[in-house]
Amino acid sequence: MAVTEAPRIVTSRLEYEDSHTLERYLATGGYDGLRKALGMSPEEVAHEVDAVSLLGRGGAGFPAGRKWSMLRKAPTTYLVVNGDESEPATFKDHLLVERDPHQLIEGVLIAAYAIQATRAFIYVRGEFALGLERVQGALNDAYEHGAVGRDIFGSGFSIDVVVHPGAGAYICGEETALLESLEGKRGFPRIKPPYFPAAIGLYGEPTVVNNVETLSNLPWVMLNGSGAFTALGAGRSTGTRLFALAGHVRNPGVYEVEMVKTTFRDLVFAPVFGGGIPGDRELKAIIPGGVSAPWFGPEHLDLPLGQDEVGEAGSMLGSGSIVVMDDTTCVVRAAWRITRFFWRESCGQCTPCREGSGWLEKILRRIEDGEGLEADVDLLMDVCDNLAPGVSWPPQQTTICVLGSSIPSSIASAIRMFRDDFLVHVKDGGCPHG
Amino acid sequence: MTTSGVGHLSEDIVTRARELVGLYPHPRSALIPICHLAQEQDGWLCPEAIDEIAALVELTPAEVLGTASFYDMLHTEPVGTYVVSVCTNIACMLRGAYELLDHVQDTLGVRSGATTADGMFTLEETECIADCGRAPCLAVNHRFVGDVTPQSFDALVDGLRAGTLGDDIPPHGTLVRVRRAGGLRVDDATIQAEREAASAKVGGAA
Repeated sequence: MAVTEAPRIVTSRLEYEDSHTLERYLATGGYDGLRKALGMSPEEVAHEVDAVSLLGRGGAGFPAGRKWSMLRKAPTTYLVVNGDESEPATFKDHLLVERDPHQLIEGVLIAAYAIQATRAFIYVRGEFALGLERVQGALNDAYEHGAVGRDIFGSGFSIDVVVHPGAGAYICGEETALLESLEGKRGFPRIKPPYFPAAIGLYGEPTVVNNVETLSNLPWVMLNGSGAFTALGAGRSTGTRLFALAGHVRNPGVYEVEMVKTTFRDLVFAPVFGGGIPGDRELKAIIPGGVSAPWFGPEHLDLPLGQDEVGEAGSMLGSGSIVVMDDTTCVVRAAWRITRFFWRESCGQCTPCREGSGWLEKILRRIEDGEGLEADVDLLMDVCDNLAPGVSWPPQQTTICVLGSSIPSSIASAIRMFRDDFLVHVKDGGCPHG
Repeated sequence: MTTSGVGHLSEDIVTRARELVGLYPHPRSALIPICHLAQEQDGWLCPEAIDEIAALVELTPAEVLGTASFYDMLHTEPVGTYVVSVCTNIACMLRGAYELLDHVQDTLGVRSGATTADGMFTLEETECIADCGRAPCLAVNHRFVGDVTPQSFDALVDGLRAGTLGDDIPPHGTLVRVRRAGGLRVDDATIQAEREAASAKVGGAA
């Protein structure tokens, strides 16, 4: 089983109990990457990040360097950190904000310097009470240390950073909804175009929105150089990535692995990672990349964990979450619970998403409860087709944001892979799993 | 006699709210953080608090309510001293969350969405709280508890009733222990001048 000896880039301090403190951070090379960046020109820093092909770690996988280069020139520009991690079964940014907040802050400052932002906002999911305490505490210490604020480390560069709490809404992970929320409004995704906040973002000003894990890579990249980063992984998927492993595995948790060189099988079964399925039961399916992603079966286990490799196989690495379901899992119930989530979290702006999610949830519920009809299976696919015409991958979009077009993923996967499971529910008048 | 809520929120909370307003280019951005502060005092957003928040961020009370009602963490009705949020999303469901929810309902004697008669607990079913490595998990006033069993839940309830878990699970409000040390340190004019100088230098070099 191939488990590479890649360096840990974003989780190097987690072995320490006090990994969140300034003392520990400074004792382990903290803020040296920022010092190095401030000795370079902003363009040189941006070029270094562009060179490493740092694919965004939030879900869409858009290269960070390219995002920065699209920033419209203006007197006022903002950097906004997306720390609203809410995709079900994704819990890696939660770990980073609680356990290594200085690493995130250092990444924020490097990015802010590269794009010459006027101010930076760190939007942290409101439920992360401890995470908010840790990030604000670290920021206070960083100000005291001279790493944030006026004339950082005597470089002449100044910037303020503000920690902002969310208040519980999955949709605020969508970057334009996040900006609305940061402006003190409902988290309604904005109508596109403009497609990118880099043109029109926070308060209408050019804005870069980057994910927590994405930015947490920057101190290491600055210190070790782009060559060391691109030596890891392959193709466009360079470096390491955090994967949150959940469900039916012996050791659920967050693991940092080298991209492409590691497979789904390694992650689920290697003793240093998931350790296999408890009770030696068989694997039924995995959900790669968050619940918005189409499912994989056992035949996909040897796929490498690379953005393009997984994309070509018909799904996505998405938010870096992997849910393992063993052969005792009721896939109707799993699809129902995921759909119920989308129904509850739909912002309600677009009819296909608002109405479709509710209808799909009700139909799945009645099949699970043994009150479904055989025709319901085709009806589900028909409603899915209204949300994402063709029910293909990547999905066609009928809504302002991708929440709506993500809803069919789990339903279509469950039906295409396990149609008989649905029919057994109908025929037996109930769930065979009880 | 005025109908506004001025005077309802404590002096400490109003002071902190004004500091928050000062962190943003537009006062409205402080709306959600200030709602968290108001809930620290009351547990929920009562009409008096909404009136006062509206004045602080220069909006109408309807605008404040319209925004607040969008967000799961902001309560527009009274809640118990402790809000127990049991995650039942996919990762927790696969590890027994609905069985746990049944037990929690039995122990507290209320259904999801309700508050116990003594006003101690409000129970809610929640979406993924990103603690799936310790599924099934739940949160009490947004402090996370993982690997929950029926026994550990009952012990948790006993501890909360006995008042011995104050450090682990503080009262309402996600910002209870979040204090920014001072307001903004760099004024906009300084930033502007620096950026202009920097771009002039780059332009000159090119």
